Amino acid sequence: MKKQNNPHKKAQLLAHHLRPAASALAAGILAALGATLLRTLFTQIIRFTVDAVLLGDTDRLPAALAGLEPGALLLAACAAAAGVAVLEFAVGFAQDSSLPKASERFVKSLRDALYSRIQRLPYEWHVKNPTGDIIQRCTADVEVVRTFVMDQVLELISTVFLIAVYMGVMFSMNTAISLAAFAFVPVIVTYSVAFYNRVSARYTEADEAEGELSSVVQENLTGVRVVRAFGRERDELSKFRVKNERYARLWIKLGDLLTVFWSLGDLVSMVQVLCVVVMGVRLCVAGEITLGTYLALVSYTRQMTWPVRSVGRTISEMSKAGVSIDRLLYILESREEQPPAGAREADLHGEIRFEHVSFAYEEKPVLRDVSFSVPGGTTLGILGETGSGKSTIALLLARLYDPGEGRITIGGIDLREMDTRTLRRGVGVVLQEPFLFSRTLRENITIARDGAGEADIARAVEEACLDTAVGEFTDGLDTVVGERGVTLSGGQKQRAAIARTLLSGAPVMVFDDALSAVDAKTDEAIRVRLRRAAGQATLILIAHRVSTIMQAEKIIVLKDGRIAEQGTHEELMRLGGIYARAANMQAGREPDGGGEDV
Amino acid sequence: MNRTTQRAAFSLTPWKRLWPYLRAHGGYFAGLIVSNLLIAVLDFYRPLLQSEVIDRFILAGTLDGLTGYVLFYGAVIVAEFLSLLLNFKCCMGMEMYTGRDLKDACFVNLQRLSLDYYNVTSAGHSLARVMSDTDRIAGCAAWIFPDILWCGAYILGVFAVMLTLSVPLALTLIVSAPVVAALTVYFQRRLIALNRDVRTQHSKITSGYNEGIMGAKTSKTMALEDKLCAEFEQTTATAARAGILHGRMRAIYVPLIVMCGALAASATLLHGGRMTLDGRLSIGVLSAFMTYALSLFQNFRILANRISQAISLQANVERVMGLIDEQPTVRDSAEVEAVYGDCFAPKTENWEEMRGEVEFEDVSFSYREGGEQVLSHFNLRVPAGSTVAIVGETGAGKSTLVNLVCRFFEPTGGRVLIDGRDVRARSQLWLHSHVGYVLQEPHLFSGTIRENIRYGRPDATDEEVLAAARAVNVDRIAAKLPRGFDTDVGECGDKLSTGEKQLISFARAIIARPKIFVLDEATSSVDTVTEQLIQHATRTLMEGTTSFVIAHRLSTIRQADIILVIDHGRIVEQGTHGELLARGGAYHALYTTQLGGRNLS
Repeated sequence: MKKQNNPHKKAQLLAHHLRPAASALAAGILAALGATLLRTLFTQIIRFTVDAVLLGDTDRLPAALAGLEPGALLLAACAAAAGVAVLEFAVGFAQDSSLPKASERFVKSLRDALYSRIQRLPYEWHVKNPTGDIIQRCTADVEVVRTFVMDQVLELISTVFLIAVYMGVMFSMNTAISLAAFAFVPVIVTYSVAFYNRVSARYTEADEAEGELSSVVQENLTGVRVVRAFGRERDELSKFRVKNERYARLWIKLGDLLTVFWSLGDLVSMVQVLCVVVMGVRLCVAGEITLGTYLALVSYTRQMTWPVRSVGRTISEMSKAGVSIDRLLYILESREEQPPAGAREADLHGEIRFEHVSFAYEEKPVLRDVSFSVPGGTTLGILGETGSGKSTIALLLARLYDPGEGRITIGGIDLREMDTRTLRRGVGVVLQEPFLFSRTLRENITIARDGAGEADIARAVEEACLDTAVGEFTDGLDTVVGERGVTLSGGQKQRAAIARTLLSGAPVMVFDDALSAVDAKTDEAIRVRLRRAAGQATLILIAHRVSTIMQAEKIIVLKDGRIAEQGTHEELMRLGGIYARAANMQAGREPDGGGEDV
Repeated sequence: MNRTTQRAAFSLTPWKRLWPYLRAHGGYFAGLIVSNLLIAVLDFYRPLLQSEVIDRFILAGTLDGLTGYVLFYGAVIVAEFLSLLLNFKCCMGMEMYTGRDLKDACFVNLQRLSLDYYNVTSAGHSLARVMSDTDRIAGCAAWIFPDILWCGAYILGVFAVMLTLSVPLALTLIVSAPVVAALTVYFQRRLIALNRDVRTQHSKITSGYNEGIMGAKTSKTMALEDKLCAEFEQTTATAARAGILHGRMRAIYVPLIVMCGALAASATLLHGGRMTLDGRLSIGVLSAFMTYALSLFQNFRILANRISQAISLQANVERVMGLIDEQPTVRDSAEVEAVYGDCFAPKTENWEEMRGEVEFEDVSFSYREGGEQVLSHFNLRVPAGSTVAIVGETGAGKSTLVNLVCRFFEPTGGRVLIDGRDVRARSQLWLHSHVGYVLQEPHLFSGTIRENIRYGRPDATDEEVLAAARAVNVDRIAAKLPRGFDTDVGECGDKLSTGEKQLISFARAIIARPKIFVLDEATSSVDTVTEQLIQHATRTLMEGTTSFVIAHRLSTIRQADIILVIDHGRIVEQGTHGELLARGGAYHALYTTQLGGRNLS
């Protein structure tokens, strides 16, 4: 993640996403350049008016204007200035409307690319990368890049152009004053760069302090029950106060730096103008320049101040933007899932076979030489401790991972030869912690099957024992869930996910500890209906509760990645191994006799 | 937030509540006002100073007095520099200290608010109040208000200077001012509306990413990638449109005001030029007027912008003040506080030891006023040291009793007695200091495993921490981790599995040496063997502690002294394991289900 991408790659990324924005961008830049030229012209008209009209110095007037009355000349000049003002408006509109357009198109392209890439990255990638960090990259880093490209770089371009034009015009008016005025430019730029570089270190520090403060508050709020139950309000407050004080102090420290920077910047600019004024007065009195020229020179110098100071900022932000681009490239350069090698049609209702399957996650073996088969339309139960590898079976079956050794087939076809999308649509996996999208319950349940009828939806809801819960919501199935709506309990989420999978009608359904958050009675009710609702589908139930799986046609018990026991409930109880022990414990009988004396 | 409230006129009421927070940093506040006024005066004085050279030196053709002029000009510059220093320093101090105090006030009250507040308010919502709302308010107090002051003073100052210099020429500019003012108001309103759209779309994109990333595993299992990508592209397209619309409105507004300035300058040039030709006006004064004309209307725009920013912040002020003013529903009376102290300054010297006897006396309870009665006229005596098991379906209201014992809520009728005295007769902190609580959804704080265990009792020794850890198998978890007990658990403990977090929070409760022990599905994600181990260990450790156990697994429950069976929020059965089985009711049915229909006899 720390890897620095080469500048060429970064430029390529920007160029690629700037393509949709190209025409708007070109129009915006042209307009910005036009605006600079018009502003120059406006100042020249004033200069001309002062010299030729107010001071009557008509020597340098074009022949056509030379004969005019001063009053008429003044009117003509003011009309010209007004005309330029109107043109400036037109050009300003072109600039200010094109650049947001370019900016929006650029950022849309970038956002879409990120989203699409994230959706298509392999399961493993999502397991490894913390969501908060990825979201941060997609939002904050995108904004940094956008601001850099669309505001700062463009400003840099127009500033360079502005300086070039002003240089030309000013030097043509008077060399000495221009030299003095432009001598300040490198000083201001160097000063700004140096300053922003120092600021950025303190900024990072202050920013981190803000993050720490925010975490303390966040943890206090989410852990409010713990804080209260242990009576720890006082310690929480002092923890908070330390971070709050630090946050304020660091920002003030940063502020002190900025205070000096801004004030000094203003001071330098004011001194620059004063220099031009003093030199100008001397030259004017000496008769080397006219009053109009003097006024124009002062005016140009003043207009240069702000753009030049922003150049320093842009240069120093470059490294920050570079880091953000690196962070985006990390996502955009991650390898997508490999497209399926073949696209053989398989009968997903057929037999599922695991043949000598081994699987290791980050070199840690998870499954070792696992073989079993499930005839189509029957139910398989899988029992095992945490970390025994039982969830991996579900993930392998949906081909979210490929086995390291051995092969998995459905209906006699190796999973790797099928179209992955068809396979995943056909293998409905309900995860232990299922995710519901922030939309209505109805939309969530029908997400894998568009256009499902009301009757089908109602049936799936009932089969998943979600009907009572739905009845309690004021908006029923149209209740919005998730961050923008009501929060469902763990059990309700699991049941909604079950309804979603049942409605999808997948020929293979895998429930990965999907009933852990519901009580035994509801668990029982769902299981009875599940077998009926599943119809011809093959069911795989993964659980650590014996009662969840005891009615399955076949049960396998995993221990340390190997199949330790397999058979029916009766067979396994007779065997008296892991399964029987778990069943007895959960029934409240304690074979080790530890609880007999109570 | 609908449009009508956003457009509500500026009202002083919420801002008045802010006054004490500003006054607390009166020095900064005064410095800020003085420096802003100074800057405004210097800003409208400088063009005057610059144009003075025209009449005094250039047109007079003399350099006499130039040195004095330059020195004076230099002094003005230095004065402005110092004013700026003072201004930035005061703004920064004002902003950060006001923000700090507001955050503190919010956080203090959050520690006092009762759980009913937390039940209806998401953590994200409260976090936004504490962090971003306070920041925005403080920023407003430090930068936006002074800007309004500066802008207003500048505009008035320019008008005054112009009127002193030349009334007819000043009128050229002053008559156009209302037109420009009307334009700014018109555009500012439209921009606010469009900007709101932009922000709404922006937050939709963020939640789009949230979903797309957090739900990626789920969408992958269902092959929903294309569908979600297509939806997201719709969202970004809408956002882009909103951004472009906002940009276009701004693209008319900003250049329009610039144009007004340039046109006003042209008009001034024409009118003033004629006056100059007639000898009624000096060129120096005309030049100063030109400078004012070009900059005046920009300040109109800034003023309108700052005022609308301030108005839009009214909602933030109301929200923060609402949080600070919110009263907890469970409160210790003044008399209790006098003896026992409050949660920040307890008077532990007056605290009695707790025996752990709990009694419900004719207790009725409902979560909402007029809502369904969860308990009605419930009576139960729990002798110190006994175990109460609470069983029933998901969502049947099993936590209610526990919430009442811990006084997270108070009964709507009747009393809860601890050691024979009404729970309200002593402070909440006294009670909570004697409670050990293990939740189904365990919450850890960022820090090491050791720190998390010690959270139960900060003065516990390392040996005690180890002993508590050993009792509930946390030592085995720690052994597998690279830095053992000093391994960082991540924010909210998210580097650990649910089962591991449950065990650590178990150890945290044990070390508190509670007199009342509450286990709310405390081991639901722990495997059967470990669970069994813990049960044995805690039975010895918790000897003499009153326990309330909420559990699904009947194995956990069998040994309880009292079993309460809850259904739809009501206690339907009560008794020991043997009694309840013999009765053949709800408990019997539950017990049979758990066993999977096996013959019990």
